[in-house]
Amino acid sequence: MTMFTIASKELKLLFVSSLVWVFLAVMQLVLAWVFLGRLNTFLEIQPQLAQLANPPGITEVIVAPVFSIASIVLLAVTPVLSMRLFAEERRNHTLVMLISAPVSIPAIVLGKFLALMIFFCLMPLLIVMLSISLLTGGMLDFGLLGSNVIGLILLASCFASLGLYISSLTSYPAIAALGSLGVLLCLWVMDIVTIESESAVRHFSLFRHFENFNIGLIDTFSLAFLLLFAITFLVLTIYHLDGERLNG
Amino acid sequence: MTPNNTYPVIEADGLKRCFGRHVVVHEVNLKLGCGDVLGFLGPNGAGKSTTMRMLTGNLAPDSGSVRICGVDLLKNPLEAKRYIGYLPEIPPLYKELTVDEYLQFAARLHGLANTSVQIALDEVKQQCELSDVGKRLIGILSKGYQQRVAIAQAIIHRPQLIIMDEPTVGLDPNQIQKVRALIRELGKTHAIILSSHILSEVESVCNRVQIMHQGRLVLDDNLDNLKQRNMNLENIFTQLTAENAPAWEWAQ
Repeated sequence: MTMFTIASKELKLLFVSSLVWVFLAVMQLVLAWVFLGRLNTFLEIQPQLAQLANPPGITEVIVAPVFSIASIVLLAVTPVLSMRLFAEERRNHTLVMLISAPVSIPAIVLGKFLALMIFFCLMPLLIVMLSISLLTGGMLDFGLLGSNVIGLILLASCFASLGLYISSLTSYPAIAALGSLGVLLCLWVMDIVTIESESAVRHFSLFRHFENFNIGLIDTFSLAFLLLFAITFLVLTIYHLDGERLNG
Repeated sequence: MTPNNTYPVIEADGLKRCFGRHVVVHEVNLKLGCGDVLGFLGPNGAGKSTTMRMLTGNLAPDSGSVRICGVDLLKNPLEAKRYIGYLPEIPPLYKELTVDEYLQFAARLHGLANTSVQIALDEVKQQCELSDVGKRLIGILSKGYQQRVAIAQAIIHRPQLIIMDEPTVGLDPNQIQKVRALIRELGKTHAIILSSHILSEVESVCNRVQIMHQGRLVLDDNLDNLKQRNMNLENIFTQLTAENAPAWEWAQ
């Protein structure tokens, strides 16, 4: 109950700032551009594709790459959106109000996480709306579309929980943003570094797991990894905030 | 929210808190009933804020217990915190929200049902004279209004215990009079802990006074008692807190 109160407050604060509207507009521009570019390519290579025995459909050629780009965009914007969640509360001394209220710390953390996730769900929603326009001229592979949506939401939940945790460590939003960006970039680079080798490190790359969803493969290991990653950082955030009460 | 009248509104026993090896609060006891307004005094660095953070559940004490209306704050924080309204030294305001939005959030945060939020909001705006500014953004209000919004968020859920950390800082003389009148009014039906550096303020609104020095309580008395013995609060304060200032303070 109080979790939703906190979530609705976060969303209110998010949508009164111009930041998210600019973000949504820019994102839609970039995604639509990529989308149209892919559509153009598809129309050009369509005659060749028709000669193949098992040609890739429009979902595979157009929609999946858009999701792939969206995951990179998500990496860049999560730090900006997550930085204020705790760091700014602390800097404006409003965290005291939340902690003095009859609200448990898990409810505070989950409320903030929920608000960020509701916002992040707009991203796959925008892409789905773009994709639906393709129905006018062809058939969509809804299975592939669905696995991409699930993958992007899971990836977003990992980014959000990581950003939330880093934001809870400091009272400077800028430091929180840079910290999350740094860690997210490391997780990305880890993917690039380990493409060739077969070391265990590659399993830690979030993008590698997202790629499975991107090609329409709902792998239990990837699903479990992304979920556990998000849960781990939520639990760490709760422990950190509770530790502050105990240790001052 | 029905307070149990057989218990004192707040009862703190042997509160102790250290930061590292430095003991900040040592053996603080506190007991307030309904209708008590306690003036909580002490020089800067005496441990007042730390004590208040412990009483509101923002900081866990190393030892000792706090019970609010008979409910243990450490064992059952969610229930105990329902009875507390807290106004921190720096008002906890979301400057991007309007006064109405902010106070509605405060009410819901304290578990008020949707039906009673509107009634509570109207009442508290009347009480804190905020009726004209409900639709304005908090960020553009003057300091006096902001302070009143902060007071309003502390009392909107009608807590039994109100804890205020320097509630009149930054207000003009007229507003100070109004806030003091409000505190006196609230004091009839609530228990209030008020920290302040203005001794005349404590004399005008409180009926009890506690003075802290170097983490210990050095005075706990009724103001009437002090008056009967013809003792001036200012003299007492100077006597009790001026001597043997802690060595680390000199070192700085």
